[in-house]
Amino acid sequence: MSAPLTSLDRPNSYIGRSVPRPNAKRLLAGRGRYVSDLKLPRMLYAAFLRSPHAHAKIISIDIERARALEGVHLVATGADLAKICTPWTGTLDHFKGMTSSPQLPLPLDRVVWAGQAVVAVVAESRAIAEDALELIEVDYEDLPVVVDIDGAREAGGPLINPGSANNICFRSQLDNGTVDDAFAHAAHVVEEEFSFGRHTAVTLEPRAIVADYDPAAGMLTVHHATQTPYQFQDLYSRHYGIPEARVRVIATDIGGSFGMKLHVYHEDMAVVGLSILLGRPVKYVADRIESFVSDIHARDHRVRARMALDAKGEILAMDVLDLTAIGAFSTYPRTSVVEGNQVIRLIGAPYRFKNYRASLEVIFQNKVQTSQYRAVGHPIACAVTERLVDMAAAKVGLDPFAIRAQNVIADDAYPQTSPTGYRFEALSHQACLKRLHEMMDYDALRAEQAELRKRGVYRGIGIAAFVEITNPSPAFYGVGGARISSQDGAIVSLTPSGEVRCLISVTEQGQGTEAIISQIVADQLGLAQEHVKVVTGDTEVTPHGGATWACRGAGIGGETALRAARALKRNILEIAALILQEQPSALDIIDGEVVDAATRQQRLPIAEIARIAYFRSDTLPPGTQAQLTVGHHFAPQGYPFAFTNGIQGCSMEVDVETGFIKVLKHFIVEDCGRVINPMLVDEQLRGGIVQGLGAALFEECRYSETGQLVNGSLADYLVPMPMEMPDIVIAHVETPTADTELGAKGCGEAGTAAASACVLNAVNDALTPFGATINSIPITPAKVLKALKRF
Amino acid sequence: MKARAFSYFRAATIEQALDAHALVGDDARFIAGGQSLVPALSLRLQAPRLLIDITHIGELRGVRREGGFLRIGALTRHCEMLSEPLIAEFAPLLQAAAPFVAHPAIRNRGTFGGSVALADPASEFPAMTLALDAEIEIAGPSGSRRIKADDFFIDLFETALQPGELITAIYVPLFKADQRFAFDEMARRRGDYALVGCGMLATCAGDRINDIRISFFSVGNTPTRVKGAEATLIGSSLNSERIAAAQAALEGDLAPPENDEVPPAMRLHLARVLLGRLLGRLGESA
Ligand SMILES: Cc1cc2nc3c(=O)[nH]c(=O)nc-3n(C[C@H](O)[C@H](O)[C@H](O)COP(=O)(O)OP(=O)(O)OC[C@H]3O[C@@H](n4cnc5c(N)ncnc54)[C@H](O)[C@@H]3O)c2cc1C
Repeated sequence: MSAPLTSLDRPNSYIGRSVPRPNAKRLLAGRGRYVSDLKLPRMLYAAFLRSPHAHAKIISIDIERARALEGVHLVATGADLAKICTPWTGTLDHFKGMTSSPQLPLPLDRVVWAGQAVVAVVAESRAIAEDALELIEVDYEDLPVVVDIDGAREAGGPLINPGSANNICFRSQLDNGTVDDAFAHAAHVVEEEFSFGRHTAVTLEPRAIVADYDPAAGMLTVHHATQTPYQFQDLYSRHYGIPEARVRVIATDIGGSFGMKLHVYHEDMAVVGLSILLGRPVKYVADRIESFVSDIHARDHRVRARMALDAKGEILAMDVLDLTAIGAFSTYPRTSVVEGNQVIRLIGAPYRFKNYRASLEVIFQNKVQTSQYRAVGHPIACAVTERLVDMAAAKVGLDPFAIRAQNVIADDAYPQTSPTGYRFEALSHQACLKRLHEMMDYDALRAEQAELRKRGVYRGIGIAAFVEITNPSPAFYGVGGARISSQDGAIVSLTPSGEVRCLISVTEQGQGTEAIISQIVADQLGLAQEHVKVVTGDTEVTPHGGATWACRGAGIGGETALRAARALKRNILEIAALILQEQPSALDIIDGEVVDAATRQQRLPIAEIARIAYFRSDTLPPGTQAQLTVGHHFAPQGYPFAFTNGIQGCSMEVDVETGFIKVLKHFIVEDCGRVINPMLVDEQLRGGIVQGLGAALFEECRYSETGQLVNGSLADYLVPMPMEMPDIVIAHVETPTADTELGAKGCGEAGTAAASACVLNAVNDALTPFGATINSIPITPAKVLKALKRF
Repeated sequence: MKARAFSYFRAATIEQALDAHALVGDDARFIAGGQSLVPALSLRLQAPRLLIDITHIGELRGVRREGGFLRIGALTRHCEMLSEPLIAEFAPLLQAAAPFVAHPAIRNRGTFGGSVALADPASEFPAMTLALDAEIEIAGPSGSRRIKADDFFIDLFETALQPGELITAIYVPLFKADQRFAFDEMARRRGDYALVGCGMLATCAGDRINDIRISFFSVGNTPTRVKGAEATLIGSSLNSERIAAAQAALEGDLAPPENDEVPPAMRLHLARVLLGRLLGRLGESA
């Protein structure tokens, strides 16, 4: 393990320090610039007519009356856009055998989910565009609708994609060790079938895009509320046949993304085409009602799993079947099978057993697509594993802490390979378990629980250990042929007045990326943080990189910034050494001053070096060319992923008369390696936990039998709100990765990964006296009352 | 989504508002707090040609005593239910219900008259007018009338209010020393419409209940008084046996609708639990 990077008592030691994010004040003061704030000259507004049917043939579309409405500039159908946009297919090569139909911005002859955009109108205002939508007549012929998993798998049932043999998108299998043998000889076997509802991201800022095609320059500029501008630069370039260098994607302030804003959406692709057709800027902002039926959804899994144990409670084997339904297409370009893939590979991850078998079946249905959303697959893998561990504990007669302590991979046993094939560099389950036990005051909680039960108050205590995938290498998407970068790039420059500007490919959606990058750069260069300006999110300005996905900003972006800053520092000190007639190694920079490395005596402000290099290069020795701008790229090497770990706990009360659940307190001990900014890490954990509690207790996209989303508004789709959220207590264990100098791993998904598992365990714990169990998420009052047979 | 275009007229008097409505007919809507109407406009669920803004009509404002009643102007906002001393003193059940109505931003604009006029079966205040035996004052082209809350709510979003009529005030009998009240609801999140809610007002002699009015919301097409349950309680003192009888009577009083999230049997169960808890509290407040 590497020594601390800096000691916090030194000036400019920002790594490990809670400093506020520089952009927080600007956003709080209402000075944010979101895509929806943007008004370009000659800009027009798009609106979409959406399918009322979940599955239907388009017989005819009559757009004449809409086209004639004053203020309408363009009414476009699928056929119009198909002439200029090439289709896309959401498959990747490393998911062997997966299929999905080609997609276009708007459908040609068939709609496959209720809410799918069918016709686009571009008008002087959004209101006029919506008036025009009311004048369009589409004739549909209903086709049989496939909504649930069983219906989709039925032999001889309706097919979603004509020409395919069934509704299967992808199948995968893992089989390691001797599973059948382990189950045959097990002292205990526990088994359960779990279901996980669909839910969706509900970002504060919905999807928003302004596409601005300039036919004179052949240049497309897209202002896009996205977390991955380079990916979209590539996609717009290739699907609309515009050279990459003439496509610019600008992602300014973003109001949350959570994985939802990195997929290709039909409307977004359409808006680019509409701008090309019109030669004018076109804006589209999804409203909340549209978001619910067109943003990706996530989860929607049914998992049957069993676990074998020996008489002492040692886990011997797991056997898992995961069925997941993803909508009518696999999402582009990251596919919709990653979640299932991660479910079967993350199950059992904290534990030592070697025998593991899993089958995954990814299924098409007539609903909006699912895809990657915060903590992809983790909450499902964690809930399945951790519930089975609790069931096993009860069967063997062990306390939940004891069975985990007995089975987790020991902290000193790394490196390790999981039975599912993941390679773990170094995790800290034992340390985290121990810390959580103290932090919860577990024994006191149990005593209080027993006392209250006598008075008819039913408290539950739940814990859940987890492993999170962070710092992904090309093993994630690149190997499958996706043009999705896992490296990042940074350009750092010393300005003429001695400040530093850092242009970097990671992006900011409100999580504080820009803050930690400025901390790292300031720290490495020896500057005050306010003298570092970080610029993100503009493909014409910032170098190409992966941007934001799968927990990589700190681990990969941070390392990129660190190395770039070190390179600039070397160059600055080289010039300083020439001016001061010293060896560069004898010099250092502290607080913007070049100092004698040994004595820390001030020698020269770096502003002076900048002045000389930029304006009086004639005074430098002949042949000297000062390089005060440095570009650096960094791609993770070594382990394909930097895994993190942690454990969560919660205490709650179940009202057994009403089925209502009150989470009283939530705990997390988390190990994301080097913590750069404790405050921001804590914010990530809190936010993640709240999203996980939302999934556990409230959030679900509910569909009717005809494939209509029945709760697609914020009045009906319940997101977690402050009044229902508990206090969250946080502690850290730090096990830095040795793959980077910085040692940071990701922390953005850890909260979401285990919160719902924790709640599931706690609710079941509370219901123990009644012999009732819950195996389905979200845990609604109706499910609790059903389990208790109250109605 | 954006609302369809409409015209706007700001009425200064009740007469102006009624005249404007009469002129345009079905295509006109009064707008008060706008907290239900504006979302409906934005979703294009409603697209009236004319909005008649009634919020500048002075006669619709104010809370004052009038005989044995508290006269609560139709424009009294939900937040005023919490702050107005006359309401705290003479209609404490309304004050108890108010914190459960939506969120502060909505309570700052939404009005009592608008809530009663809309008659959302999941709303707190319409149901409370039943428990309070309130009277609703209506102004229309053919003059003014007062109608008992019991006769006001007819069916889903349907009331005795005729098109073009305006609620001007709600009259609530003054709260008396021998009365007790209780209110609560079960909502998934604070501020949400409830899965089931209930308010009650009892007139007591010691622990004997001489009269009680119990009204539920979120249980059917209209706010619903549970007369069967009331009958089991009137004339006796509150004990666990009476409470159980009242709970059992709900089966005859309520017929919750089919709903995929809250099946009828579950809603009935919750209503029983809530009734039991509220009657328990009523007993404790003796
Ligand atoms: C997010 C949200 C949550 C909410 N939660 C709740 C809740 O938990 N409980 C609850 O009860 N309500 C809730 N509401 C609704 C809110 O209380 C509304 O304010 C109320 O239902 C209507 O009052 P208003 O003054 O806003 O009426 P408006 O929206 O202006 O009008 C509603 C209807 O009543 C008519 N109308 C208004 N005033 C009069 C009048 N004096 N005479 C005749 N007709 C009239 C209008 O023409 C219109 O048809 C919520 C609203 C929102 C937006």
